[in-house]
Amino acid sequence: MALSTDTVSNVARLSRLAITPERLPALAAELNNILGFIEQLSAVNTDGVEPLRSVSAATLRLREDAATDGNQAEAVTANAPEKSHGFFVVPKVVE
Amino acid sequence: MSELTALSLTAAAAGIRAKKFSSVELVDAHLSAITAQNPALNAFITVTAEAAQQAAKAYDAKPTPDALLPGLPIGMKDLFCTKGVRTTAASKILGNFIPPYESTVSANLAAAGAITVGKLNLDEFAMGSANITSAYGAVKNPLKANDDTALCRVPGGSSGGSASAVKAGLCLAATGTDTGGSIRQPAAFCGIVGLKPTYGRCSRWGIIAFASSLDQAGPMTRTVTDAALMLRAMAGFDPKDSTSVDTPVPDYTAAIGQSIKGKRIGLPKEYRLDGTAPAVLAMWDKAAQALREAGAEVVEVSLPHTAYALPTYYIIAPAEASSNLARYDGVRFGARVDGDTLDHLYENTRAAGFGAEVQRRILIGTYVLSAGYYDAYYLKAQKVRALIARDFSEAFKSVDALLTPTAPTEAFRLGEEPKDPVAMYLNDVFTIPASLAGVPALALPGGYADNGLPLGVQLIGNHWQEETLLSIGAVLEQAL
Repeated sequence: MALSTDTVSNVARLSRLAITPERLPALAAELNNILGFIEQLSAVNTDGVEPLRSVSAATLRLREDAATDGNQAEAVTANAPEKSHGFFVVPKVVE
Repeated sequence: MSELTALSLTAAAAGIRAKKFSSVELVDAHLSAITAQNPALNAFITVTAEAAQQAAKAYDAKPTPDALLPGLPIGMKDLFCTKGVRTTAASKILGNFIPPYESTVSANLAAAGAITVGKLNLDEFAMGSANITSAYGAVKNPLKANDDTALCRVPGGSSGGSASAVKAGLCLAATGTDTGGSIRQPAAFCGIVGLKPTYGRCSRWGIIAFASSLDQAGPMTRTVTDAALMLRAMAGFDPKDSTSVDTPVPDYTAAIGQSIKGKRIGLPKEYRLDGTAPAVLAMWDKAAQALREAGAEVVEVSLPHTAYALPTYYIIAPAEASSNLARYDGVRFGARVDGDTLDHLYENTRAAGFGAEVQRRILIGTYVLSAGYYDAYYLKAQKVRALIARDFSEAFKSVDALLTPTAPTEAFRLGEEPKDPVAMYLNDVFTIPASLAGVPALALPGGYADNGLPLGVQLIGNHWQEETLLSIGAVLEQAL
């Protein structure tokens, strides 16, 4: 199924990537090329096959329900482009 | 290379212990090599000369000869977070990111005595097979073909800076990470050794995530013995990574020199692909013959779903990447490009901060996870992944390891790389299946192309069979 420029525009919005309208046709062609390649998988019979979500042999571990970390606001916000009193600063979202 | 920069990691450790040279001498020799050669190779994004010299002085003042890597200079792929040292993932979006914490693997290496001389270039967020997607410029392979007049070959990717630096003598060894071949393919292109361990062997904590169900750290070295030594220092259980497995770390170097008489080696018939360079096929045959002569039994095996590994990977890896890279939003890290709303701030920041290949993979990943397409793409890929993993477990019922080429060609020229992303993805056709199955794989030099550039051969083992791969790899290293 070929992606239209409208679909690409919507996927770009979902991805939070600003794409100028002029770039959409070329990008749609690139993405359709990749999708054409991955669509080979529809030829594989996977009836009754359980999806493989992890190849890890680790079993989920339990630990004591206790605080092991915290009070790191300084370190957590150290790389933020804008911060104030241990908080991240963003443009106003509620009018 | 000077005498000191030409040493193997193992020989350098022995030299330090025998007091033939100091850690300061060793570190200074490598820093000089970086000063001389890095402008041409662009293997390092950040050189930590001062910190390395201080660490070397500290080592010499209070030596720990029993450490695995006593005072030895190594390079760190710039995907490992290093406390107080800029960590970029070769992306503009993390251009001024200074981690307030240290990755477990880099901490393990430091605890073993290793000294980091700098942060190595890579493809942006480890997405690429030629190290040309870095926001800090392409890396060059230190090797030239017979008819090359200047350095013009790619080092492979994504751990291209690591492979280039190790080959050129800018560090004794380096860390790499491998999601679909990012340790093994550059090792092949630069003529060095690269080991992708079993998924869960090395902690992922503090490694900038690309595709979490596939990412695994491993050593990139000049010899198989060095890979064994360095893996021992990197590996180990880490409660901070829920996929880390709590199993003891063996002395991998003990596997070197073991007889491989009676071992059964499989040649997967599906890996004999059209379009593979004839020299690669000849190298593969020669490696199989060398193993026969060492007493191994070489048999043909079948991994029937091999052809579907690449398309499976190019659904799963971008899907996981689109989720992992959602955190780069212009609020918590690095560069911000303002917008009139919060959404526009995100969109502008991400469009300016990510390169073309990373954006392409985020878009593909978002699409295959989006409502209405999840089952057709993502769930389907997870089912085919199960079949690919089953192929390996079936094969390992009758063989101890698989022998394959590492990459379909030798290193290509910068600027002559495939322009079509799908054609570029084919570079990883032999490495991706082992990544999807989570099994370990060792790449080592296997021979040469007609133009004199190295070709890589790959050994794939069952889960936790790193020692088997290292003992067979050491035999091949001697024979080829």
